[in-house]
Amino acid sequence: MRAFRNHFSFEFRTGMRDRNLLLMYYLFPLGLYVLLALLMKSINTGFIEILIPAMIVISVLISTMLGLPEPFVKSREAGIFRSYRINGVPANSIVIIPSLTTTLHMIIVSTIITITGFLFFKAPLPINWVAFILIFFLISFALSGLGVLIGVVSSSSRATILWSQLIFLPSMIIGGLMIPSNLLPFALKKIGILLPSTHAINLFKFYAYNKSIEYNPLFSIIILLLSGILSFGLAIYLFNWDSQNKTRRGHPLLGFLTMLPYIIGVFFLP
Amino acid sequence: MQETVVAVNKLKKSYGNFVAVDDISFNVQSGEIFGLLGPNGAGKTTTFECLEGLRKPDSGSFRLMSLNPISDYSNLRNIIGVQLQTSGLPSSMRVDEAMNFFCSYHKVKPRYDLLERLNLKDKINSQYQMLSTGQKRLLALALAIAHNPKIIFLDEPTSGLDVQSRVELHSMMVELRDKGITILLATHDMAEAEKLADRVAILLNGKIVTIGSPQEITATGTGLAKIAVRVEGDSLSISDIKFTAVTQYATKDEYKIYYSSNPGPTVSAILEYISNKGDKLIDLRVERPSLEERFLEITNKEK
Repeated sequence: MRAFRNHFSFEFRTGMRDRNLLLMYYLFPLGLYVLLALLMKSINTGFIEILIPAMIVISVLISTMLGLPEPFVKSREAGIFRSYRINGVPANSIVIIPSLTTTLHMIIVSTIITITGFLFFKAPLPINWVAFILIFFLISFALSGLGVLIGVVSSSSRATILWSQLIFLPSMIIGGLMIPSNLLPFALKKIGILLPSTHAINLFKFYAYNKSIEYNPLFSIIILLLSGILSFGLAIYLFNWDSQNKTRRGHPLLGFLTMLPYIIGVFFLP
Repeated sequence: MQETVVAVNKLKKSYGNFVAVDDISFNVQSGEIFGLLGPNGAGKTTTFECLEGLRKPDSGSFRLMSLNPISDYSNLRNIIGVQLQTSGLPSSMRVDEAMNFFCSYHKVKPRYDLLERLNLKDKINSQYQMLSTGQKRLLALALAIAHNPKIIFLDEPTSGLDVQSRVELHSMMVELRDKGITILLATHDMAEAEKLADRVAILLNGKIVTIGSPQEITATGTGLAKIAVRVEGDSLSISDIKFTAVTQYATKDEYKIYYSSNPGPTVSAILEYISNKGDKLIDLRVERPSLEERFLEITNKEK
């Protein structure tokens, strides 16, 4: 327990000390939030209706897709995981603890967004707070898993950026955050089902804000939950301690299995 | 009776077509400092990494205190301490955090006294990225021994260290050995190995070419002992004096230097000659061939 506490506490402080992580966990999400809120207030008033959940999803996306994966690659390349290994730090802790601390950073940012969104931008607060909090944890779980998996399977920082952007950029454009899914052409709507943000905003709208939605929310819950479980399972299975020692239990491409729930969703959701 | 704590039998490890370690066998006893010497690429680090459980060998058997480093990996963690040649810590991790972090995984109290002993007390609140190369190595050493392991692996421990830290490290190694802790030391520094190691193995192209105490290894070479003599008068100034077993001689400053294949009889002969000539001996120094000279002799021969 002492080891877990120390590890957790160190990882959390790293999020504040490391300039890149500070940028991805706090400065970028909060800066983008202020910018989008000011901009959308005048050009898309509908966005203000979902400002709080949409900005929370965007913040979670930034933290998990742009912040979480790279330290895995850097630590592997710098021999940090080798040091961890010889000192008995288990792979499970290396995979899970950064996800937990990232979630804690996301809770802080989400709280700031929720309070200031309501106070300064007149964004509506959730109707169902319990659902709001549970959905937050569900999307944090699914996206943290994905972020960790990207970090584990990427061979270099460049690969990390590529995989992360493959999820982050489409999520911003067709993930139901800034443009509602029902306004998208059929093909883009189908592609949107492959993105975690589509399901996250779908759930927030239905359960926390009591709004009409595009997709069956139960499917969204199942997809995010399964994807999270698959991502963490695969990340632990494919974890590699050492950039000099390439042997691992499976091929990194096995990581794509985490997309299976989303792909199945494409066939089941309208 | 000393117990065998490291037993390696026909260990082999290849990377593709390159054989890094080729069927090597050796034993290390408890409370022994065992040096693994060799040029770059000889296979020292690969051997260590196999023993530490970081790499799986292709073949061979090996045990550390009866444990298999691959299958008994989790039990081995608290028995061995490792200072890797290439490893790192998170750049923003402070020195005290590192000590606390790793000690908590070993389930022992943090050993801040080691940081003081290794001159890292002033750096206790510094982040890892702010430490010099030498300080990073000292911290790695402190972390390697903080949980009181029975076997310690040190891979090039003194590279990048200043003289003071180096002396402190050497004295710490001797103390650990005296407490019955076994140390496996991979080094390029022959003087270090000669000074500290009870036994050394010289590794070349993945094979052990010789193994024994530094004295045994230097004794088997063809190297000559250097006998430097300074006298008050000019009894040794005659150039054609023939002393037993001397093959060559030279003059440096006020010293006459004789190179002998059998230094004992040579020294006796020199002293007798000086006495007979009524001269007075001021200084006499005998230097046997160093491990470095023997190492170079072996490596040149193998090439």
